[in-house]
Amino acid sequence: MDSVVAARNPGDGVGPDARPVEKCRLITSTDPMTAWKQYYLPQTLSEAIQTINSCNPSCLIISGGTDLLLELTQRHRPAVENLIDVSRVIEMSAIEERDGRLFIGAAVPLKHVAANPLVNKHAQALAESTGQIGGPQVRAVGTLGGNVGHALPAGDGAISLLALDAWATITSPQGTRHVPLLDLYTGPGVSSLIPGQEIIVNFDIPVHQAGTGSAFSRVMRPQGVALPVINMAAWITVDKAIIQQASIAVGPAGPIPRRAQGLEKFLTGKTFGSSVLAEGQRILLEEVKFRSSPLRATAEYRDHLAGVLLERVLTSAWHRAVDTSYARVS
Amino acid sequence: MMEIIVNGQPYQLDEKPGEMLADLLRYRLGLTGTKVGCNESECGACTVLLDGSPVLSCSYPAVKASGHNITTIEGLAEKKTIPDQVVKLHPLQEAFIAKGAVQCGFCIPGQIMTSYGLLLANPNPGDHDIREALKDTLCRCAGYSAISEAIMDAGAVMRGEGHITRRAVPESSLARNSVGRLADRPEAVAKVTGKAKFSDDIHFDGMLIGRAKRTYTPHAFVRSIDLSDARKIPGIRAILTAADLKHAHNHGLVVNDWPILIGIDERVRYVGDAVAIVAADSKESADEAIAAIRVVYDEQPVIDNPVLARQPGVTQLHETGNLLKHIKVRKGDVEVGFASSDLVIEHTFHTAMTDHAFIEPECSIARVNEEGRMEVYVGSQIPYSDRKQVAAAIGFSEDRVRIIGMLIGGGFGGKEDIMGQIHAALLASETGHPVKILFDRHESLLVHPKRHATQIHVKIGAKWDGRLVAVQTELYGDTGAYASLGEKVMTRATTHSIGPYESDHARADCYAMYTNNPPAGAFRGFGVTQSAFAIESLMDMLAKELGVDPIELRRKNALHVGSVTGTGQVLKDSVGLLECIEKVETELRSRVEGDPFAPRPCPDDPARVRAWGFSTAFKNTGLGGGAPDEAGADVELYEDGTLQVRTSSAELGQGLCTVLRLIVAEEMEIAAEKVDVLLSDTDLTPDGGPTTASRQTYVSGNAGLHAAREFKEAIRSVLAEKFDCEPEAIQIRGGMAVIAGQVLTLADVYQVFKEVQREPRIRTLYRAPETKPLGQGGDMHFAFSFAAQAAEVEVDTRTGEVKVLEIIAATDVGAAINPLGLAVQVEGGAVMGLGNALTEAFLTRGGKVITDRMARYRIPSITHTPEVTSFIVEHPVASGPFGAKGVGEIVSIPTTPAITNAIFNATGYRVDHLPVDQELVARHIHASKFVKPADQ
Ligand SMILES: Cc1cc2nc3c(=O)[nH]c(=O)nc-3n(C[C@H](O)[C@H](O)[C@H](O)COP(=O)(O)OP(=O)(O)OC[C@H]3O[C@@H](n4cnc5c(N)ncnc54)[C@H](O)[C@@H]3O)c2cc1C
Ligand code: FES
Ligand code: FES
Repeated sequence: MDSVVAARNPGDGVGPDARPVEKCRLITSTDPMTAWKQYYLPQTLSEAIQTINSCNPSCLIISGGTDLLLELTQRHRPAVENLIDVSRVIEMSAIEERDGRLFIGAAVPLKHVAANPLVNKHAQALAESTGQIGGPQVRAVGTLGGNVGHALPAGDGAISLLALDAWATITSPQGTRHVPLLDLYTGPGVSSLIPGQEIIVNFDIPVHQAGTGSAFSRVMRPQGVALPVINMAAWITVDKAIIQQASIAVGPAGPIPRRAQGLEKFLTGKTFGSSVLAEGQRILLEEVKFRSSPLRATAEYRDHLAGVLLERVLTSAWHRAVDTSYARVS
Repeated sequence: MMEIIVNGQPYQLDEKPGEMLADLLRYRLGLTGTKVGCNESECGACTVLLDGSPVLSCSYPAVKASGHNITTIEGLAEKKTIPDQVVKLHPLQEAFIAKGAVQCGFCIPGQIMTSYGLLLANPNPGDHDIREALKDTLCRCAGYSAISEAIMDAGAVMRGEGHITRRAVPESSLARNSVGRLADRPEAVAKVTGKAKFSDDIHFDGMLIGRAKRTYTPHAFVRSIDLSDARKIPGIRAILTAADLKHAHNHGLVVNDWPILIGIDERVRYVGDAVAIVAADSKESADEAIAAIRVVYDEQPVIDNPVLARQPGVTQLHETGNLLKHIKVRKGDVEVGFASSDLVIEHTFHTAMTDHAFIEPECSIARVNEEGRMEVYVGSQIPYSDRKQVAAAIGFSEDRVRIIGMLIGGGFGGKEDIMGQIHAALLASETGHPVKILFDRHESLLVHPKRHATQIHVKIGAKWDGRLVAVQTELYGDTGAYASLGEKVMTRATTHSIGPYESDHARADCYAMYTNNPPAGAFRGFGVTQSAFAIESLMDMLAKELGVDPIELRRKNALHVGSVTGTGQVLKDSVGLLECIEKVETELRSRVEGDPFAPRPCPDDPARVRAWGFSTAFKNTGLGGGAPDEAGADVELYEDGTLQVRTSSAELGQGLCTVLRLIVAEEMEIAAEKVDVLLSDTDLTPDGGPTTASRQTYVSGNAGLHAAREFKEAIRSVLAEKFDCEPEAIQIRGGMAVIAGQVLTLADVYQVFKEVQREPRIRTLYRAPETKPLGQGGDMHFAFSFAAQAAEVEVDTRTGEVKVLEIIAATDVGAAINPLGLAVQVEGGAVMGLGNALTEAFLTRGGKVITDRMARYRIPSITHTPEVTSFIVEHPVASGPFGAKGVGEIVSIPTTPAITNAIFNATGYRVDHLPVDQELVARHIHASKFVKPADQ
């Protein structure tokens, strides 16, 4: 027998009696460096522009923050005075068909993009890619504006938008412009947007008539960063079993996402089949030079996978195109 | 000002720059049920619902939640408003308990909130929906199957269509009143309601935040440390360097070789070494001060692998040299054996460094209490070792230090070494304030010891009929910068490197080498994970060469009662390996027509090929090797007739609380609910030894059992005195004492103790059977656990991608004390083995860590989880409590080789580097298309 007087702890079986957590003392003695100082949540575009004007120059545009907040908290970027969150801007939050084009708000959460009936009808590739970005929690807040704004050479949403011939509407205190998607890219992780000034309002793609189909696919590695080893999207229009128009985007194949125009030209006028595919794969590798990235993939593996993905996206897009019901094949 | 509604309650709060929702909930509202595992959007532990939709509160700006409804784990159960007491658990909470889905519990609030979000959006989810929804909500204990079942049942209840059923797990074939029956964890309710306290969930007034300045350089001499800028940062209370250390300069579990702080002109040995520690009013100030400390390093050439470390002429990283230990196993004469073999094959295998990636990062809080003693609150696997090391560092006698073990959000061997404990105590001593050191995920990955990267050469000589004649292995273990448990781990790797097989001749040599990589230490499997991969791969290669069935080959050589192991130990009892093999084989053959090891095309996509692979394993229980293996335990009776059992072994999620409760309840013949368990407090619980080596059920369990037995004796002697009879005349049955027709309840017994002024408690020290050091023959271990597993993989022959579809596991655990906990141990162990095979690689280049964020170090998620069919084999070990032996590690060991053998069977590609590189699989399949070798 020993002399220790034991405490009882019937509740959780481990540790001492749980001590209550007192509310954290507010520390006022310091003015510490935080990721941001002011966080703005404008509800309209004009409010957003006003905020930009009042915050100038130290501000950044933020949407879901799934990329930007990590860059700030991990100090890959210097702390910023003001964050202007555009995710609640009403003009950026709709998906609608207008004048023969489908407009997708840059601030629509990815999960809503993936589930949207119009997107599934006219832009299956985009539904497929946005449905694969991150997990449900990331898709609940992440946006297409951010996927493009982050400017990775293989952003999944961006690759699909590119294949779908998307344009973007950009607004800033200086005015509004409408540009092809690729104009927004300067280099890996660098967009041409003027930081803290320009806002992507929405993306627009042509509304697809009967006989069109698109598809997206990617290959990942189970280890390391959740970036695709390679991803690809295709959009084709088929009439009487002949490809009328083809658009193929692939990443990462250089500093920015890219279209395979040689391949697109080759596919136009062809009927999809094994010999066209084989020749298409050859042409793709001729015009797109994949690179080795240490720990992710060698160029040769990417070359090989490019062929695999081309077969996948073309097969799927072809089936969707010839099946005028647009049923989404996944 | 922002207004936010949390769990129905509105709050008006000031906006704080840079504040995330998780911090607001945890630190401002005290709702610590929401956990932060990574702070980088990878683990899902911080998931809460925002207007019903799951979001990651660690990276959701708090201001953005203004005007919205937040639901946290604390808001799920129905409560009486005053006091804040749970009256009814939510169906999800109830179902998580009933299915045994709760292990360490750290991820559980996030799992439940993610699941709740799913059920709100989709009241009747299928398996696929659940996998999609939980894709990024990680459970390192990997209770994914149980979690899925819990969601299904809870969904049914929420739809008003069903009720929650207990998980369909068979009871032990040796079940008694309590042991062997399905039981809830004592701490389960606390874990599903968010009330369970982990270290970062407690707070003290005036608490400071501590942080260490890491070197980020793997090999250098520190030439100067300039603190002048750091001292100017507002809110800094103390900065300490090695010059301030007045007592011990080093710490270490076995060898005192790990500097607490690196001083001027001292050697930096890895990127996680600390040169200074700060305490500040806020995390931000501490961060800034760390950044402002300027250190000049004199960089040295980096020794980044163990083979290089052993070369003549290279720098010796420690005074004792680069060789931590040369470990040798000798049995017979392998040269004679190879000469008399019909076939000799050999191959070299490489395993990766891997990280425990427990979801709860390390956290220590130190404070000097009112009596001037040092208290450290920490989730530690070895509280008494922490006490010793902290005491030495601050110059206190051990009894002036108290380690108060908090719940542990996963350990797996990674919470045995000192992390923040000493630094926090030094800063608390210096400042007089409580100091918290919470690692972020980055620091956790950088600093704590890993699983040893190992190079293993294996050579087997066999007869044409498949009998092994000789096995020889040579291992190089990368023990990194400091010894940690490296010598012991590599000893286990070495002694197990010849597999669970009989062979007249065996020889193994292992060189455990210091390098400039992060230290390597204990990790579930303790070295055997590595050597099993090598030997089990070579066994399959041998089977192919001989043209025999791989299962037959193993059966022919399997250890059995009477076998002599490589270290000369005669196995006396509890060798269930053959039965494990048979169980898996029968199940496998019943599922697959023809040869299960032949490739089969996937029915709906012939370009995907499936095949099964097979493996066996063994793993010692307990420390062994001559180390005294002891555990103390207290049993105490309370006024209400309930009992408490106390020891300072740790509950890591493995279920020790349940095991101790069941064992004591069994012995005392009372209901399990009448026994509560207190662990890991060096003031209140006796030393239980390290929570390692699968020793808790056996050693701590025996301690609990012996304490209960002795307590019964104490009851008899006290009652005998009181009733003036022979102690033998008193029977203790069904929780009652029976004396000559008179029946006393335990509450009555308590009163008798008080009357005669005896304390109603007992303390025992249990000593496990003696073992012999390696090299002396005899019993190196008092028990071994055995297992066999088969894994079915599907390989996409186009891309090389590998998916594990199913695992059949059979595990000889002696006796299943806690079958519900055992079920998730088996499944979780298999998933961890899967991670080791397919997803996990802790990468360094020139000693610098590449995988320094969770985003770069992948652990398996629910999407990787195969269906696991588990058979429990029970060959009781006479000395174990009710026949039980260790479980925690054996379940994980055979999985990796079963998977890699299956990959070979599907594709002909032999994996000899872990983890599997899908590019290399594709290159093998499409060899003609690839001209350049992969630059691996
Ligand atoms: C766990 C996890 C998994 C992920 N998985 C994937 C994946 O599988 N595939 C993938 O492609 N990505 C992935 N991502 C990256 C990221 O989630 C996506 O890129 C997402 O679409 C970013 O959107 P966001 O709104 O969160 O961007 P933010 O972080 O808000 O912004 C990103 C950048 O874009 C700018 N920006 C945002 N919106 C606008 C706008 N409207 N106008 C102008 N500039 C703007 C910001 O200034 C910033 O520079 C993942 C991220 C995480 C954390
Ligand atoms: S995802 Fe938020 S803590 Fe890990
Ligand atoms: S119970 Fe999920 S991490 Fe331990």
